[in-house]
Amino acid sequence: MNKSYITAYYTDDDDLLKGIRQLKEKGVEIIDVMTPFPVHGLDKAIGLRRSRLSRVAFWGGTIGALIGFFFQAWVFTKAYPLNFGGKPYLSVPSFMPVAFEMAVLFAAFSIVFAYLIYFKLTPGAKPVIHDERSTDDRFLVVVKAGEPGESASIEKALSEAGAEGIKLKA
Amino acid sequence: MYVSPIREPLIRGEKDYSQVTKDILAPMAGKPTRYWYMGITLSSAALLFGAWATFMTMYYGIGTWGLNKTVGWGWDITNFVWWVGIGHAGTFISAILLLFRQKWRTSINRSAEAMTLIAVACAGFFPLIHMGRLLLGFFIFPYPNTRALWVNFNSPLLWDVFAISTYLLVSLIFWYVGLIPDLGTVRDKATTKIRKAIYGFLSFGWTGSVKQWSRHETVSLILAGLAAPLVLSVHTIVSFDFATSVIPGWHTTIFPPYFVSGAVFSGFAMVLTLLIVARKALGLEEYITVNHIESMNKVIILTGSIVGIAYITEFFMAWYSGVEYEQYAFLNRAFGPYAWAYWIMMTCNVVTPQLFWFKKIRTSVVATFIISIFVNIGMWFERFVIVVTSLHRDFLPSSWVMYKPSLVEVGLYVGTLGLFFTLFLLFIRVFPVIAIAEVKSVLKSTGSFKKTGHHE
Repeated sequence: MNKSYITAYYTDDDDLLKGIRQLKEKGVEIIDVMTPFPVHGLDKAIGLRRSRLSRVAFWGGTIGALIGFFFQAWVFTKAYPLNFGGKPYLSVPSFMPVAFEMAVLFAAFSIVFAYLIYFKLTPGAKPVIHDERSTDDRFLVVVKAGEPGESASIEKALSEAGAEGIKLKA
Repeated sequence: MYVSPIREPLIRGEKDYSQVTKDILAPMAGKPTRYWYMGITLSSAALLFGAWATFMTMYYGIGTWGLNKTVGWGWDITNFVWWVGIGHAGTFISAILLLFRQKWRTSINRSAEAMTLIAVACAGFFPLIHMGRLLLGFFIFPYPNTRALWVNFNSPLLWDVFAISTYLLVSLIFWYVGLIPDLGTVRDKATTKIRKAIYGFLSFGWTGSVKQWSRHETVSLILAGLAAPLVLSVHTIVSFDFATSVIPGWHTTIFPPYFVSGAVFSGFAMVLTLLIVARKALGLEEYITVNHIESMNKVIILTGSIVGIAYITEFFMAWYSGVEYEQYAFLNRAFGPYAWAYWIMMTCNVVTPQLFWFKKIRTSVVATFIISIFVNIGMWFERFVIVVTSLHRDFLPSSWVMYKPSLVEVGLYVGTLGLFFTLFLLFIRVFPVIAIAEVKSVLKSTGSFKKTGHHE
């Protein structure tokens, strides 16, 4: 398998969107696009699936709420039942604040960790940075170079799609 | 996209993307200015005063405070509620305004969130130290212990523990997740090896790929959706500390909404106080414009008016309830020995923000700065009035006393102010004060974008 790829960049997000559509039409295989800020519509143009993170948040929150509620219920009815001024042991309304906070805490941490782990975003991770200006003002496109003979035609397609700084990398 | 011509651009001056990066990173580069050194000297001096006060409290106990048998909560809880309230503006700006798609928040959300974190940390200090024995602070968490005892989940003070810790942690991850892409920018713009290594470490290996960005936005949106009810719950629970008690003046159902709007009110005032100085000192006037200040002032009018109505409603309800103790508590607030505090609160919180109805005042930076300080003072007095005037005249006239803080208590308060400004000054040196990527993403739609890299 040929692992070489071509990088090229745009200097404007609208040009990038137009270019990506053209490249897709020509059947160029896009590996990734690095942008300095979220370009709306790009995820659709690339063909990303809908995020499943909201499900993670839902289940994280549900687990948090259940743990929060049942822990309090267990403490007050089984572990160490104490009578507070004749109030019921299982005083559901007063368990709500803690259950709610636990739901929020679990939901928030579960999506953030899911996100960080999925993208291997960890302290000190060393990513491949193709172009240092892709976090500043360049919109970088990384495409498959294909077989040795094909790269020239892909480079041509890129420049036709308005990309600059076309580089073949192995 | 059609952009209304009446709408002023969010960012002033013609800028391209790399100019935005340069402008926002500028305050982090080079040596700090003279004002920065002056600021950090002053605030660390205040912090040292606080350290002394903390030592006194730890060494001698809370006997060094001005509290007595009748007034068991004084400046400690006043400061706690005040600081938590200040924190609320950051979350309001970053979460609720994000859900409402208010794009002007992009210039101020980063620093407001940082302010939230620092303010909540300052707030958390007071409940811990008011126990008198900071080393036993972990007793408030439900952990398995040799006494086989658990905490009292029926107590609003315990709910506070959960609310404040959750709030601090969620705000922290919300803020940091938002920072990651910008730290990536700092890493890639770094000129020295050390800087590159540090920011490379902090940026978690950010590349800004499509999928990272797409999911980053999803995470931000969901976190905003979680933080919005969270921030409302936090001050609601803080108000439960008072509202679930049986003390006249505290036992009111109006407290949760009244506290939440008061919190947002004081928080916006603090954001304004800080940012009006910061934008000038850091040369970010083109990013934090008069429009931003005006928008925040509008939030201040709204929340200030809600607070004003709440004060009047409380008074009405005290009369209407027919409970003589409740009536006395309120008459004592307005005309008793602490009337001066009550009228400072009324003037600063109800009268001064109404000046923002005038466009001239609302768009004047100097006037806004002065009024924002009035609001900060007024909101501090609100908490003081609620805490102290409700307590100092007990059910038994023989226990009636006056309360005044000792130097140690003043030191603790000044110390947290010192901590707040010290950390904020450090923050503006080590992190980008404005969310770079977010500003870039609204640059075009607001009409101040200069197209570069034009190729024939």
